[in-house]
Parts: sequence; structure tokens; C-alpha cells
Amino acid sequence: MSELFPKLPLDRWVERLVQYLDEHFGLVFDVISAGIGSTVDLFSLIFTSLPDWLLIIGFTLLAYKVGRLRVALFTLVGLLLIANLGYWEHSMETLALVLTAGLISIVIGVPAGIWCARNDSVRNVVTPLLDFMQTMPAFVYLIPAIFFFGLGKVPGVIASVIFAMPPTIRLTNLGIRQVPKELIEASDAFGSTSWQKLFKVQLPLAKTTIMAGVNQSIMLALSMVVIASMIGAKGLGADVYRAVTQINIGTGFEAGLAIVIMAILLDRITQNMGKKKNVQEG
Amino acid sequence: MPKIKVENLTKIFGRQPHRAFDYLKQGRSKQDIFKETGLTVGVNQVSFEVEAGEIFVIMGLSGSGKSTLVRLINRLIEPTAGRILIDGEDIVGMNAEQLQQVRRKKLGMVFQKFALFPHRTVLENVEFGLEVQNIPKKEREEKAKNALALVGLSGWENSMPDQLSGGMQQRVGLARALANDPDVLLMDEAFSALDPLIRKDMQDELLELQTTMQKTILFITHDLDEALKIGDRIALMKDGAIVQIGTPEEILTNPANEYVEKFVEDVDRSKVLAAEHVMKRAETITLDKGPRVALQLMKDRGVSSLYVVDKKKRLIGVVKADAVNAASREAKTLEDVMDREVPTVSANTLLNEMFDLVAFSDIPVAVTGEQNRLLGVVVKGAVLGGLAGKVNRKTPSDAEEERQVMAGE
Repeated sequence: MSELFPKLPLDRWVERLVQYLDEHFGLVFDVISAGIGSTVDLFSLIFTSLPDWLLIIGFTLLAYKVGRLRVALFTLVGLLLIANLGYWEHSMETLALVLTAGLISIVIGVPAGIWCARNDSVRNVVTPLLDFMQTMPAFVYLIPAIFFFGLGKVPGVIASVIFAMPPTIRLTNLGIRQVPKELIEASDAFGSTSWQKLFKVQLPLAKTTIMAGVNQSIMLALSMVVIASMIGAKGLGADVYRAVTQINIGTGFEAGLAIVIMAILLDRITQNMGKKKNVQEG
Repeated sequence: MPKIKVENLTKIFGRQPHRAFDYLKQGRSKQDIFKETGLTVGVNQVSFEVEAGEIFVIMGLSGSGKSTLVRLINRLIEPTAGRILIDGEDIVGMNAEQLQQVRRKKLGMVFQKFALFPHRTVLENVEFGLEVQNIPKKEREEKAKNALALVGLSGWENSMPDQLSGGMQQRVGLARALANDPDVLLMDEAFSALDPLIRKDMQDELLELQTTMQKTILFITHDLDEALKIGDRIALMKDGAIVQIGTPEEILTNPANEYVEKFVEDVDRSKVLAAEHVMKRAETITLDKGPRVALQLMKDRGVSSLYVVDKKKRLIGVVKADAVNAASREAKTLEDVMDREVPTVSANTLLNEMFDLVAFSDIPVAVTGEQNRLLGVVVKGAVLGGLAGKVNRKTPSDAEEERQVMAGE
């Protein structure tokens, strides 16, 4: 077999491609890097410079506003526990990473999802790409991320975005396609333009589904923080990673628990955001 | 100029639809074409004209292409071939912006399952067509409120559609279509999803609105009774083609082929047929004749009563055989024994409105037209015959002509 068909030099092709991109588009990567870096820094600055008690009250109020009393109580107790265990600062760094990744996922993912919903050819190209992004082991695209963006938080965010964005795209596409055909017909029959149809009919009706996608993206971004810490992203992931390398069971559990609390918090709050808005508007 | 003129409109679903054209021209059936080419004929070379202010009903069973046809008229579905002229403008050749303008200004649509936007209030739903034209908020609210008032839904502006009953939801649908003040209303099975009583109310209300609005309405339905009730004219569709176009009476009394005949078989004719469709020639006499002439006439014609008319065929009264008999013995005139109380209906009185009168009258019921002119009579047997499908195959004007000729003799 191997004599008849020599191995395809796929590995070298990919390396060349990455090298080519790095040489010719270095400036682009620098700009992206600066943008992402400063976004993370901004979030970090806000979360770490404000006193922890103020933030805990703030998050609790937010949880109460979008969710119910139970969510607010959990937020209060969970955040107090994190502060008590001494993981407050790292948790806020993690939150900054996750929010940045989530934000980018929405900014790119929602329009991409809309495009997929409006054009079958685009959808047919994008769907396998999303499968690729979600199934390729996350470690693998850490490597080119380091190559383009160096070590630290930026490649961590990039890797998180690649891993976390697909649900937003998929569910935006799905939500728009699920709008009943007769409502699309009604919208067309009254002479709306394509954009009017999108903003007045399709997006409002797809909102719940899109928010479910955003929620999934944020959860996936959080699940990437441990992996991202391997290339120098700070936060709770770094604590877990250190505990693993030192086989420190106690620290590992504490840091892991902090991640779980953050995860549940983010999940409940974003989930209820989607629902709440829907109740208010219809 | 007709408001809507459709010429050879054809829709074929599938790839490379032109492959079916030759088959269609040869008159091959929908099933044949599907077998040969795999293409589905949605609408097959349909042509018709709708005048302004007319309610034109397109009627057919499911799969007959009626819903496709109405969607071709505003190009929700792109036609494969043919022309659609609205006010003389062919909308098939229009670009996207022109089409939007026509949809905004001229075409309103009402949907079978209402198709209200669930995330908008009733008022916002009705405003939709105005909103997409960027009409200022205040103006469109006012127009939307007027439209809601028209359909009797004032006070429900801020409700959500799912808080309303089916009938009310469809009123919102109708108001939404009316808010733009379009010339043409496309109504796709608009009342089919409503329960029978509400449906009847909505039909009555549409007819009442129509007397003041004078819209051109293209109404799609699978319900023959509905078609007969509200249609000025009806087009009957089968397998994507129009089988017959005519007034409800024409469809009922003069079906174009066996299919139409079978279709109209079960219809409640008493709601469609009028006196003029079942009336017979009246046996008449003028007052200058004597009782003997009257008796002779009755004997000749085999009747027991005669209607008395003047020279212009205006109805004066009726004389019955026994009274005339007495008159001839007692040397009275016809006028002396004439009965001036005559059971009368007008030519367009529906059969179901005259059952009582015909059943309990011992003489034929007189049918009168303008200026009380006697057009004919309705006897019990003719009403039954009409219900069984035996009707006058002449238009009223033909019958009128015939009577004039006879009167001249």
C-alpha cells in the first residue's frame, strides 16, 4: 500500500500554509491580537479593580433581575465561597476571558448564522467547517494560535472562540429557518425588503433559539479555559493545570469547584436572559 | 380595463420546467407529465380577468392548484410562464423594488392560518404593511386603528394575537390587509380554518364591508357553498387548470362538464337558485276580456287561475276558475271577481326564502320585475324540480325577450 501510494505530505502543507499566513498577514494578526488583548484587559481591569463585595452584590442583583430568587441566592452563596477560598481574582480573570470569547462568538457567529440561513450554498460550506471546528481536538489549534499570536491570553481566546462559536452559528441558522413559512409569506406579501423581513420578523422570532446558542457558546468557552491555560492564559484554568502537574488533589478540587460555580452562574443568567426578553416582548 | 388580467399563467415545479411545455400544449394530463418528466404541474395555462369591485372566487379541491395560483398573483411563487397584469402593468417582468411597491400599494393578502406575527401586538400586526413603507408612527397607528374599527376590533389594539379567538385573529388578518388600503385583496382560504358559525359571520361581514369598500377580491376556497355565497363569479379548478368560469347560477345550472356537474351535485341549491331560475310562463289575461274568454283560456291551458295584467304586462290581480264561473253566470266583469291580493316574489328571491309562500299558496306565486311587471309564476313542482337540478337554461334577458314576443302575438 505505502509503496504504491506514498504518504500525502499533509503535515508539511499545513505547516507551509501557517508559515505563509504568518509571513504575509503578520500585520493582520497583530491588529487582531491587540484588539482581543485590550478587550480582555478592559474586562479584567473592571472586574479586578472593583471591590469584590460590590461585584458580588452587582452579580446577585443581575441574577435576580433576569432570573428568580433561587438563581440570585445561588449567585450570592457561590461567589462568597469563591472569595472565601481565595480564587476571586483568578475567577475574574477567567470571566474576562470567557466574556471576550463569548462576545466575539456572538459578533461573528450571529451574522454568520444569518448568512447560512439565507443562503443554502453558504450553509453547505459552513456546516462541515463547524463540524471540523468542534471535533478537532482543541489542543491542535492551540499550536497555530501560538504561532500567530504568541503565548498568553490572546491565543487562549482565539482557541476558545474557534471551539465555542459553532453553536451560535448553528442555532442562529436553525432559529431563522424555523420561522413558519406563512409568516415569511406574510412579510413578503406586504412588501417588506429582505432586511425588514430579517429585523422585524425573522430575528425576533428566532431570538429564543439564538440565545440558546449564545448560552452554549459561553459554556463551551468556559470549558476551554483549562486548556487555554496550557499556553499561558491566566485564571482558574491555570490553577487547575498547576494542580494537575503537581498532583495536588486539594487545590485541584477547589479550583475545579470555582469553575463549576462560574459555569452554573453563567448558564443560568444567559439562559434566563433569552427567556425573560421573550416574555416581555411576546 | 380589467383590474387583474391573467394570461396563460403556468407554474411547473421541478428542474428545467420548460420540458413540460410541449406536453401541456398537447393537453396531456398532470399525471402523465409527472410520469414522463418528473415535473409537477402546479398551475396550467390559466387565463381570466377580474373587474374592479368584483369578488372572484377560485375554487377547487386540495391539490387543484388554487393556493399556488393566488401566490403567483403577488409572486410569492415565481411563475414559470404567462403574464399577470394588474391595472395593465405586467408584474411578472418587474424587478424586486417595483414588485415591492405593487405589493405595498395594491395587493393585500389574508392567509388561511392567519399568519399573524406572534411577537407583535394586534395594533403592531395591523401596522406592519405601513411600517415597511416607513410611514410615520402616528399616521400608521391612526390608519391601523381605523382598520381595526372596520372589522369590529376596537379596544383590542394592545392584545397579543394568541390571546384572541380564531375568528378575532382572522379579523386582525383582514384589518392588516385593509390598513394599506390596497385595491386588491388576495384571500387564501381566509375563512377555512374557522368553525362554521364564525365562518358564516365572517362571510356576511366581508360582503357587507364590500358594499362600501368596493375592493377587487380574489377569494380562494375549497368550500362550494362559500364560493356560491360570496362569489360574483367563480372559477373552478382541477389539476391546475380552470375547468369553468361563471356566475354561481351558471356554474350550478349549466355545468361545463361532468366534473363540474359532480362537484355541484350536493350543493344546497335553494341558497343559490332564485325565482327566475324556476319560474314558468304566466297565464295572463287583460281586463278588457270577459269571463267567457277567461274560462276558455283556462280550459285550453289546463289551469285554474289567470293573472290579470294591463297592456304593459303590469300585474293587477288574479282571477280563479270558480269566481270566473260565477261571474259568467251572474254577468259580472272580471274586475268584479278579481282578487287583488296576489302572492308575489321578485326575480332574484332565493328559493329558500320562498318555501313558505309557495307551499301555502293555492295559486302559483307571481314573479314580478321592475314596475310590477309580471315575469312569470312559480308553482310547487317547479321549486322541487329546481332543487333536483331542473332549471331554466335561459338567462333572464332571453326569457324576457321571449315573453315580449309572446305578448306581441
